[in-house]
Amino acid sequence: MPTQYPDILFQQKINKEIKIEPKDWMPEAYRKTNIRQISQHAHSEIVGMLPEGNWISRAPTLKRKAILIAKVQDEAGHGLYLYSAAETLGITRDEMIDDLHCGKAKYSSIFNYPSLTWADMGAIGWLVDGAAILNQVALCRTSYGPYARALVRICKEESFHQRQGFETLLVLSQGTVDQKAMCQDAINRWWWPSLMMFGPKDSESTNNDMGIKWKIKRKTNDELRQNFVDMAAEQVKVLGMSLPDPALQWNEANKKYDFGELNWDEFWKVVKGNGPCNKQRLAARVKAHEDGAWVREAAVAYQRKRKAAVRSSFGEAKEAV
Amino acid sequence: MDYIKKIYYGDIPGENSGGGELKGFSDPSLESGDEAWPLWEVFIRSKQGLDHKHAGSLHAADAAMAIENARDVYTRRQEGVSIWVVESKDIHASNPDDSGSFYEPAEDKIYRYPGFYDLPDEVKQM
Repeated sequence: MPTQYPDILFQQKINKEIKIEPKDWMPEAYRKTNIRQISQHAHSEIVGMLPEGNWISRAPTLKRKAILIAKVQDEAGHGLYLYSAAETLGITRDEMIDDLHCGKAKYSSIFNYPSLTWADMGAIGWLVDGAAILNQVALCRTSYGPYARALVRICKEESFHQRQGFETLLVLSQGTVDQKAMCQDAINRWWWPSLMMFGPKDSESTNNDMGIKWKIKRKTNDELRQNFVDMAAEQVKVLGMSLPDPALQWNEANKKYDFGELNWDEFWKVVKGNGPCNKQRLAARVKAHEDGAWVREAAVAYQRKRKAAVRSSFGEAKEAV
Repeated sequence: MDYIKKIYYGDIPGENSGGGELKGFSDPSLESGDEAWPLWEVFIRSKQGLDHKHAGSLHAADAAMAIENARDVYTRRQEGVSIWVVESKDIHASNPDDSGSFYEPAEDKIYRYPGFYDLPDEVKQM
Protein backbone atom coordinates (compact mmCIF):
# COMPACT_ATOMS: atom_id res chain seq x y z
CA MET A 1 0.00 0.00 0.00
CA PRO A 2 1.43 3.39 -0.94
CA THR A 3 1.59 4.67 2.60
CA GLN A 4 3.58 7.68 1.44
CA TYR A 5 0.30 9.21 0.29
CA PRO A 6 -1.93 8.66 3.30
CA ASP A 7 -3.78 11.91 2.69
CA ILE A 8 -4.84 10.78 -0.78
CA LEU A 9 -6.01 7.40 0.52
CA PHE A 10 -7.86 9.22 3.26
CA GLN A 11 -9.72 11.47 0.84
CA GLN A 12 -10.55 8.47 -1.35
CA LYS A 13 -12.16 6.77 1.62
CA ILE A 14 -14.15 9.90 2.40
CA ASN A 15 -15.29 10.18 -1.21
CA LYS A 16 -16.43 6.56 -1.16
CA GLU A 17 -18.44 7.21 2.01
CA ILE A 18 -16.23 4.86 4.02
CA LYS A 19 -16.36 5.97 7.64
CA ILE A 20 -13.18 6.96 9.40
CA GLU A 21 -12.62 5.02 12.62
CA PRO A 22 -10.51 6.07 15.61
CA LYS A 23 -7.35 4.10 14.85
CA ASP A 24 -7.31 4.93 11.13
CA TRP A 25 -4.82 7.41 9.75
CA MET A 26 -6.29 10.90 9.49
CA PRO A 27 -4.90 14.36 8.79
CA GLU A 28 -4.12 16.27 11.95
CA ALA A 29 -6.52 19.03 10.89
CA TYR A 30 -9.32 16.47 10.49
CA ARG A 31 -8.66 15.23 14.01
CA LYS A 32 -8.60 18.78 15.39
CA THR A 33 -11.72 19.87 13.53
CA ASN A 34 -13.61 16.85 14.82
CA ILE A 35 -12.40 17.37 18.38
CA ARG A 36 -13.53 20.99 18.18
CA GLN A 37 -16.91 20.21 16.67
CA ILE A 38 -17.75 17.15 18.79
CA SER A 39 -16.64 18.75 22.06
CA GLN A 40 -18.56 21.95 21.25
CA HIS A 41 -21.58 19.81 20.54
CA ALA A 42 -21.12 17.97 23.86
CA HIS A 43 -20.72 21.23 25.77
CA SER A 44 -23.91 22.53 24.13
CA GLU A 45 -25.86 19.53 25.40
CA ILE A 46 -24.50 20.01 28.91
CA VAL A 47 -24.96 23.79 29.09
CA GLY A 48 -28.29 23.31 27.34
CA MET A 49 -29.64 21.70 30.50
CA LEU A 50 -29.47 25.02 32.34
CA PRO A 51 -32.23 27.11 30.70
CA GLU A 52 -34.66 24.22 31.09
CA GLY A 53 -33.45 23.12 34.51
CA ASN A 54 -34.56 26.59 35.52
CA TRP A 55 -38.20 25.56 35.03
CA ILE A 56 -38.29 22.03 36.45
CA SER A 57 -39.35 23.24 39.88
CA ARG A 58 -41.98 25.54 38.39
CA ALA A 59 -43.52 23.34 35.72
CA PRO A 60 -47.31 23.88 35.72
CA THR A 61 -48.29 20.22 36.19
CA LEU A 62 -46.72 16.99 37.37
CA LYS A 63 -46.93 15.67 33.80
CA ARG A 64 -45.00 18.63 32.43
CA LYS A 65 -42.45 18.31 35.20
CA ALA A 66 -41.84 14.63 34.45
CA ILE A 67 -41.47 15.42 30.73
CA LEU A 68 -39.03 18.24 31.41
CA ILE A 69 -36.90 16.09 33.71
CA ALA A 70 -36.79 13.36 31.07
CA LYS A 71 -35.73 15.87 28.44
CA VAL A 72 -33.00 17.37 30.60
CA GLN A 73 -31.77 13.88 31.47
CA ASP A 74 -31.59 13.07 27.75
CA GLU A 75 -29.44 16.12 27.23
CA ALA A 76 -27.00 14.94 29.90
CA GLY A 77 -26.93 11.58 28.13
CA HIS A 78 -26.31 13.20 24.76
CA GLY A 79 -23.44 15.17 26.24
CA LEU A 80 -21.94 11.93 27.52
CA TYR A 81 -22.24 10.11 24.16
CA LEU A 82 -20.49 13.01 22.51
CA TYR A 83 -17.71 13.39 25.08
CA SER A 84 -16.86 9.69 24.60
CA ALA A 85 -16.84 10.13 20.83
CA ALA A 86 -14.43 13.06 21.17
CA GLU A 87 -12.22 11.05 23.52
CA THR A 88 -11.56 8.52 20.75
CA LEU A 89 -9.61 11.30 19.02
CA GLY A 90 -7.10 11.57 21.83
CA ILE A 91 -8.41 14.36 24.02
CA THR A 92 -9.30 13.54 27.64
CA ARG A 93 -12.60 14.28 29.36
CA ASP A 94 -10.79 16.49 31.85
CA GLU A 95 -9.16 18.54 29.11
CA MET A 96 -12.53 19.15 27.49
CA ILE A 97 -14.17 20.14 30.77
CA ASP A 98 -11.27 22.46 31.55
CA ASP A 99 -11.53 24.06 28.11
CA LEU A 100 -15.22 24.72 28.70
CA HIS A 101 -14.72 26.11 32.17
CA CYS A 102 -11.89 28.46 31.24
CA GLY A 103 -13.88 29.81 28.29
CA LYS A 104 -11.58 28.39 25.62
CA ALA A 105 -14.19 25.98 24.23
CA LYS A 106 -17.44 27.28 22.82
CA TYR A 107 -20.95 25.95 23.10
CA SER A 108 -24.07 26.90 21.21
CA SER A 109 -24.83 30.58 21.78
CA ILE A 110 -28.54 29.88 22.05
CA PHE A 111 -28.09 28.81 25.66
CA ASN A 112 -26.87 32.24 26.59
CA TYR A 113 -30.41 33.55 26.31
CA PRO A 114 -32.61 33.51 29.42
CA SER A 115 -35.74 31.36 29.80
CA LEU A 116 -38.17 33.91 31.19
CA THR A 117 -41.59 32.21 31.08
CA TRP A 118 -43.09 28.74 30.94
CA ALA A 119 -43.81 29.30 27.26
CA ASP A 120 -40.06 29.39 26.72
CA MET A 121 -40.00 25.64 27.45
CA GLY A 122 -42.30 25.22 24.48
CA ALA A 123 -40.37 27.59 22.24
CA ILE A 124 -37.05 25.97 23.13
CA GLY A 125 -38.42 22.53 22.31
CA TRP A 126 -40.01 23.58 19.06
CA LEU A 127 -37.43 26.03 17.72
CA VAL A 128 -34.14 25.31 19.47
CA ASP A 129 -34.46 21.53 19.41
CA GLY A 130 -36.00 21.78 15.95
CA ALA A 131 -32.94 23.64 14.69
CA ALA A 132 -30.64 21.22 16.47
CA ILE A 133 -32.44 18.23 14.94
CA LEU A 134 -32.05 19.55 11.39
CA ASN A 135 -28.36 20.00 12.01
CA GLN A 136 -28.00 16.62 13.70
CA VAL A 137 -29.95 14.65 11.13
CA ALA A 138 -27.58 15.98 8.48
CA LEU A 139 -24.66 15.05 10.72
CA CYS A 140 -25.77 11.42 11.12
CA ARG A 141 -23.91 10.90 7.83
CA THR A 142 -20.76 12.62 9.05
CA SER A 143 -17.54 10.86 8.08
CA TYR A 144 -16.18 10.14 11.57
CA GLY A 145 -17.66 6.84 12.75
CA PRO A 146 -17.97 7.42 16.52
CA TYR A 147 -19.55 10.86 15.96
CA ALA A 148 -22.02 9.46 13.43
CA ARG A 149 -23.01 6.64 15.79
CA ALA A 150 -23.53 9.05 18.69
CA LEU A 151 -25.70 11.23 16.44
CA VAL A 152 -27.90 8.36 15.32
CA ARG A 153 -28.62 7.62 18.96
CA ILE A 154 -29.22 11.30 19.70
CA CYS A 155 -31.58 11.82 16.78
CA LYS A 156 -33.70 8.87 17.86
CA GLU A 157 -34.20 10.48 21.25
CA GLU A 158 -34.42 14.09 20.17
CA SER A 159 -37.68 13.88 18.27
CA PHE A 160 -39.70 13.77 21.48
CA HIS A 161 -38.01 17.00 22.57
CA GLN A 162 -39.34 18.94 19.65
CA ARG A 163 -42.80 17.39 19.75
CA GLN A 164 -43.29 18.06 23.46
CA GLY A 165 -42.22 21.68 22.87
CA PHE A 166 -44.66 22.21 20.05
CA GLU A 167 -47.42 20.59 22.06
CA THR A 168 -46.67 22.87 25.02
CA LEU A 169 -47.08 25.87 22.71
CA LEU A 170 -50.19 24.36 21.15
CA VAL A 171 -51.87 24.12 24.55
CA LEU A 172 -50.95 27.71 25.35
CA SER A 173 -52.12 28.88 21.92
CA GLN A 174 -55.58 27.50 22.71
CA GLY A 175 -55.65 29.02 26.19
CA THR A 176 -56.56 32.37 27.71
CA VAL A 177 -55.64 35.73 26.23
CA ASP A 178 -52.68 35.91 28.59
CA GLN A 179 -51.50 32.43 27.67
CA LYS A 180 -51.73 33.25 23.98
CA ALA A 181 -49.72 36.41 24.54
CA MET A 182 -47.11 34.46 26.50
CA CYS A 183 -46.88 31.96 23.64
CA GLN A 184 -46.35 34.67 21.03
CA ASP A 185 -43.82 36.47 23.22
CA ALA A 186 -41.72 33.33 23.62
CA ILE A 187 -41.75 32.73 19.85
CA ASN A 188 -40.72 36.34 19.28
CA ARG A 189 -37.76 36.09 21.62
CA TRP A 190 -36.49 32.67 20.48
CA TRP A 191 -36.97 33.03 16.72
CA TRP A 192 -33.90 35.02 15.78
CA PRO A 193 -31.50 33.33 18.21
CA SER A 194 -32.69 29.99 16.77
CA LEU A 195 -31.77 31.12 13.26
CA MET A 196 -28.36 32.09 14.60
CA MET A 197 -27.80 28.50 15.76
CA PHE A 198 -26.79 27.57 12.22
CA GLY A 199 -23.75 29.79 12.47
CA PRO A 200 -22.38 32.57 10.28
CA LYS A 201 -23.34 32.92 6.65
CA ASP A 202 -21.55 30.53 4.30
CA SER A 203 -19.68 33.49 2.81
CA GLU A 204 -18.23 34.26 6.24
CA SER A 205 -17.77 30.84 7.75
CA THR A 206 -14.18 29.71 7.99
CA ASN A 207 -15.04 26.12 8.82
CA ASN A 208 -17.36 25.32 5.93
CA ASP A 209 -14.98 24.40 3.10
CA MET A 210 -12.83 21.69 4.69
CA GLY A 211 -15.80 20.53 6.73
CA ILE A 212 -17.71 19.78 3.54
CA LYS A 213 -14.71 18.31 1.70
CA TRP A 214 -14.05 15.92 4.58
CA LYS A 215 -17.77 15.31 4.99
CA ILE A 216 -17.64 16.32 8.62
CA LYS A 217 -20.47 18.67 7.75
CA ARG A 218 -22.97 17.47 5.19
CA LYS A 219 -24.90 20.68 4.60
CA THR A 220 -23.81 24.29 4.79
CA ASN A 221 -25.02 26.75 7.40
CA ASP A 222 -27.21 28.62 4.92
CA GLU A 223 -28.79 25.45 3.53
CA LEU A 224 -29.76 24.28 6.99
CA ARG A 225 -31.04 27.71 7.98
CA GLN A 226 -33.26 27.83 4.91
CA ASN A 227 -34.64 24.36 5.65
CA PHE A 228 -35.45 25.49 9.14
CA VAL A 229 -37.25 28.65 8.05
CA ASP A 230 -39.31 26.69 5.51
CA MET A 231 -40.33 24.22 8.19
CA ALA A 232 -41.14 26.71 10.96
CA ALA A 233 -42.99 29.15 8.71
CA GLU A 234 -45.55 26.44 7.99
CA GLN A 235 -45.75 25.03 11.51
CA VAL A 236 -46.37 28.41 13.12
CA LYS A 237 -49.66 28.57 11.22
CA VAL A 238 -50.89 25.53 13.16
CA LEU A 239 -50.29 27.49 16.34
CA GLY A 240 -52.17 30.47 14.97
CA MET A 241 -49.11 32.56 15.90
CA SER A 242 -46.65 34.51 13.79
CA LEU A 243 -42.89 34.70 13.37
CA PRO A 244 -41.37 38.11 14.18
CA ASP A 245 -40.04 38.80 10.69
CA PRO A 246 -41.90 41.27 8.43
CA ALA A 247 -39.74 40.15 5.49
CA LEU A 248 -40.84 36.53 5.80
CA GLN A 249 -42.64 35.64 2.60
CA TRP A 250 -43.17 32.61 0.37
CA ASN A 251 -41.15 32.90 -2.80
CA GLU A 252 -43.07 31.02 -5.47
CA ALA A 253 -40.22 31.17 -7.98
CA ASN A 254 -37.62 29.65 -5.62
CA LYS A 255 -40.13 27.41 -3.83
CA LYS A 256 -38.86 28.57 -0.46
CA TYR A 257 -39.38 31.33 2.06
CA ASP A 258 -37.52 34.61 1.84
CA PHE A 259 -36.61 35.97 5.24
CA GLY A 260 -35.04 39.00 6.82
CA GLU A 261 -31.40 39.61 7.66
CA LEU A 262 -30.17 38.35 11.01
CA ASN A 263 -28.69 40.77 13.51
CA TRP A 264 -25.08 39.71 13.01
CA ASP A 265 -23.77 42.24 15.54
CA GLU A 266 -25.77 40.46 18.19
CA PHE A 267 -24.60 37.09 16.85
CA TRP A 268 -20.92 37.98 17.24
CA LYS A 269 -21.50 39.69 20.57
CA VAL A 270 -23.00 36.53 22.08
CA VAL A 271 -20.38 34.26 20.46
CA LYS A 272 -17.66 36.39 21.98
CA GLY A 273 -19.08 35.97 25.47
CA ASN A 274 -21.22 39.07 25.89
CA GLY A 275 -24.69 37.61 25.60
CA PRO A 276 -27.37 38.00 28.27
CA CYS A 277 -26.38 34.88 30.26
CA ASN A 278 -22.85 33.85 29.20
CA LYS A 279 -21.31 34.50 32.60
CA GLN A 280 -24.18 32.92 34.53
CA ARG A 281 -24.10 29.76 32.45
CA LEU A 282 -20.38 29.22 32.79
CA ALA A 283 -20.46 30.03 36.49
CA ALA A 284 -23.23 27.46 36.98
CA ARG A 285 -21.19 24.79 35.19
CA VAL A 286 -18.04 25.54 37.18
CA LYS A 287 -19.99 25.50 40.44
CA ALA A 288 -21.62 22.16 39.61
CA HIS A 289 -18.21 20.70 38.80
CA GLU A 290 -16.60 22.01 41.97
CA ASP A 291 -19.53 21.03 44.19
CA GLY A 292 -19.30 17.51 42.79
CA ALA A 293 -15.57 17.15 43.44
CA TRP A 294 -16.03 15.38 46.78
CA VAL A 295 -18.25 12.76 45.17
CA ARG A 296 -15.66 12.00 42.52
CA GLU A 297 -12.91 11.84 45.11
CA ALA A 298 -14.92 9.63 47.45
CA ALA A 299 -15.68 7.17 44.64
CA VAL A 300 -11.99 6.91 43.79
CA ALA A 301 -11.01 6.47 47.44
CA TYR A 302 -13.62 3.73 47.88
CA GLN A 303 -12.46 1.92 44.76
CA ARG A 304 -8.83 2.16 45.89
CA LYS A 305 -9.66 0.76 49.32
CA ARG A 306 -11.50 -2.17 47.85
CA LYS A 307 -8.66 -2.96 45.47
CA ALA A 308 -6.23 -2.85 48.38
CA ALA A 309 -8.45 -5.21 50.35
CA VAL A 310 -8.55 -7.66 47.44
CA ARG A 311 -4.77 -7.53 47.10
CA SER A 312 -4.08 -8.12 50.76
CA SER A 313 -6.48 -11.07 50.90
CA PHE A 314 -4.67 -12.54 47.87
CA GLY A 315 -1.43 -12.07 49.76
CA GLU A 316 -2.78 -13.88 52.81
CA ALA A 317 -4.07 -16.73 50.66
CA LYS A 318 -0.62 -17.18 49.11
CA GLU A 319 1.08 -17.27 52.47
CA ALA A 320 -1.37 -19.89 53.68
CA VAL A 321 -0.38 -22.12 50.74
CA MET B 1 2.09 -14.72 14.67
CA ASP B 2 2.74 -11.08 15.18
CA TYR B 3 -0.23 -9.59 13.38
CA ILE B 4 -1.22 -7.81 16.54
CA LYS B 5 1.90 -5.84 17.09
CA LYS B 6 0.64 -2.91 19.03
CA ILE B 7 -1.70 -3.03 21.93
CA TYR B 8 -4.81 -1.06 21.29
CA TYR B 9 -7.33 -0.28 23.95
CA GLY B 10 -10.66 -0.34 22.19
CA ASP B 11 -11.34 2.95 20.49
CA ILE B 12 -9.71 5.20 23.05
CA PRO B 13 -5.98 5.93 22.83
CA GLY B 14 -4.37 3.88 25.59
CA GLU B 15 -2.61 6.70 27.30
CA ASN B 16 -5.92 8.52 27.70
CA SER B 17 -8.10 5.71 28.89
CA GLY B 18 -8.40 7.20 32.31
CA GLY B 19 -7.08 5.85 35.58
CA GLY B 20 -7.08 2.14 34.85
CA GLU B 21 -4.74 1.13 37.58
CA LEU B 22 -5.65 4.26 39.44
CA LYS B 23 -2.76 6.61 39.60
CA GLY B 24 -1.26 6.77 43.04
CA PHE B 25 -2.55 3.32 43.90
CA SER B 26 0.91 2.06 44.72
CA ASP B 27 1.34 4.88 47.19
CA PRO B 28 -1.47 4.67 49.75
CA SER B 29 -0.23 7.81 51.47
CA LEU B 30 -1.17 9.80 48.39
CA GLU B 31 -4.50 11.51 48.88
CA SER B 32 -7.04 10.82 46.18
CA GLY B 33 -6.90 14.03 44.26
CA ASP B 34 -8.71 14.91 41.06
CA GLU B 35 -7.58 11.86 39.15
CA ALA B 36 -9.79 10.73 36.30
CA TRP B 37 -12.15 7.80 36.65
CA PRO B 38 -11.18 5.02 34.30
CA LEU B 39 -13.03 4.49 31.05
CA TRP B 40 -15.35 1.52 30.52
CA GLU B 41 -16.81 0.02 27.36
CA VAL B 42 -20.48 -0.83 27.57
CA PHE B 43 -22.16 -3.79 25.88
CA ILE B 44 -25.91 -4.19 25.92
CA ARG B 45 -28.22 -7.11 25.17
CA SER B 46 -31.32 -5.43 23.80
CA LYS B 47 -33.54 -8.48 24.38
CA GLN B 48 -33.32 -12.11 25.34
CA GLY B 49 -31.96 -14.14 22.47
CA LEU B 50 -29.71 -11.44 21.04
CA ASP B 51 -25.99 -10.82 21.51
CA HIS B 52 -24.55 -8.13 23.70
CA LYS B 53 -23.58 -5.30 21.38
CA HIS B 54 -21.15 -2.45 21.93
CA ALA B 55 -23.15 0.63 22.89
CA GLY B 56 -20.47 3.13 23.80
CA SER B 57 -18.22 4.06 26.66
CA LEU B 58 -18.33 6.00 29.89
CA HIS B 59 -16.26 6.88 32.93
CA ALA B 60 -16.84 5.30 36.35
CA ALA B 61 -14.79 4.62 39.45
CA ASP B 62 -15.58 0.90 39.54
CA ALA B 63 -17.57 -1.81 37.78
CA ALA B 64 -20.72 -1.40 39.87
CA MET B 65 -20.83 2.31 39.14
CA ALA B 66 -20.10 1.64 35.47
CA ILE B 67 -23.13 -0.66 35.25
CA GLU B 68 -25.38 1.87 36.97
CA ASN B 69 -24.13 4.69 34.78
CA ALA B 70 -24.58 2.51 31.71
CA ARG B 71 -28.19 1.94 32.70
CA ASP B 72 -28.77 5.69 32.94
CA VAL B 73 -26.81 6.63 29.84
CA TYR B 74 -27.67 3.83 27.43
CA THR B 75 -31.00 2.30 28.49
CA ARG B 76 -33.32 5.21 29.30
CA ARG B 77 -35.87 3.81 26.86
CA GLN B 78 -35.71 0.13 27.70
CA GLU B 79 -32.93 -0.53 25.22
CA GLY B 80 -31.49 -3.33 27.30
CA VAL B 81 -32.13 -6.37 29.47
CA SER B 82 -28.49 -7.06 30.30
CA ILE B 83 -25.36 -4.94 30.52
CA TRP B 84 -21.68 -5.88 30.35
CA VAL B 85 -18.95 -3.43 31.18
CA VAL B 86 -15.23 -3.90 30.72
CA GLU B 87 -12.44 -1.47 31.39
CA SER B 88 -11.32 -0.03 28.08
CA LYS B 89 -7.69 -0.74 28.89
CA ASP B 90 -8.46 -4.47 28.94
CA ILE B 91 -9.63 -4.54 25.33
CA HIS B 92 -7.08 -5.58 22.75
CA ALA B 93 -7.84 -4.87 19.14
CA SER B 94 -6.44 -5.80 15.76
CA ASN B 95 -4.35 -3.21 14.00
CA PRO B 96 -6.13 -1.41 11.14
CA ASP B 97 -2.75 -0.76 9.47
CA ASP B 98 -2.38 -4.52 9.03
CA SER B 99 -5.92 -5.21 7.92
CA GLY B 100 -4.83 -5.77 4.31
CA SER B 101 -2.63 -8.76 5.11
CA PHE B 102 -4.57 -9.78 8.20
CA TYR B 103 -7.83 -10.47 6.37
CA GLU B 104 -6.24 -11.42 3.05
CA PRO B 105 -6.54 -15.22 3.57
CA ALA B 106 -10.34 -15.03 3.26
CA GLU B 107 -10.36 -12.98 0.09
CA ASP B 108 -9.87 -15.72 -2.53
CA LYS B 109 -12.05 -18.44 -1.03
CA ILE B 110 -15.30 -17.95 -2.85
CA TYR B 111 -15.98 -21.68 -2.53
CA ARG B 112 -16.97 -20.92 1.05
CA TYR B 113 -20.20 -19.38 -0.23
CA PRO B 114 -23.21 -21.42 -1.36
CA GLY B 115 -23.52 -19.42 -4.60
CA PHE B 116 -20.21 -20.93 -5.81
CA TYR B 117 -21.93 -24.21 -6.63
CA ASP B 118 -24.03 -24.58 -9.78
CA LEU B 119 -26.73 -27.15 -9.29
CA PRO B 120 -29.49 -28.23 -11.68
CA ASP B 121 -32.86 -26.58 -11.11
CA GLU B 122 -34.44 -29.92 -10.32
CA VAL B 123 -32.62 -29.90 -7.01
CA LYS B 124 -35.13 -27.75 -5.24
CA GLN B 125 -34.45 -26.10 -1.97
CA MET B 126 -30.77 -26.60 -1.20
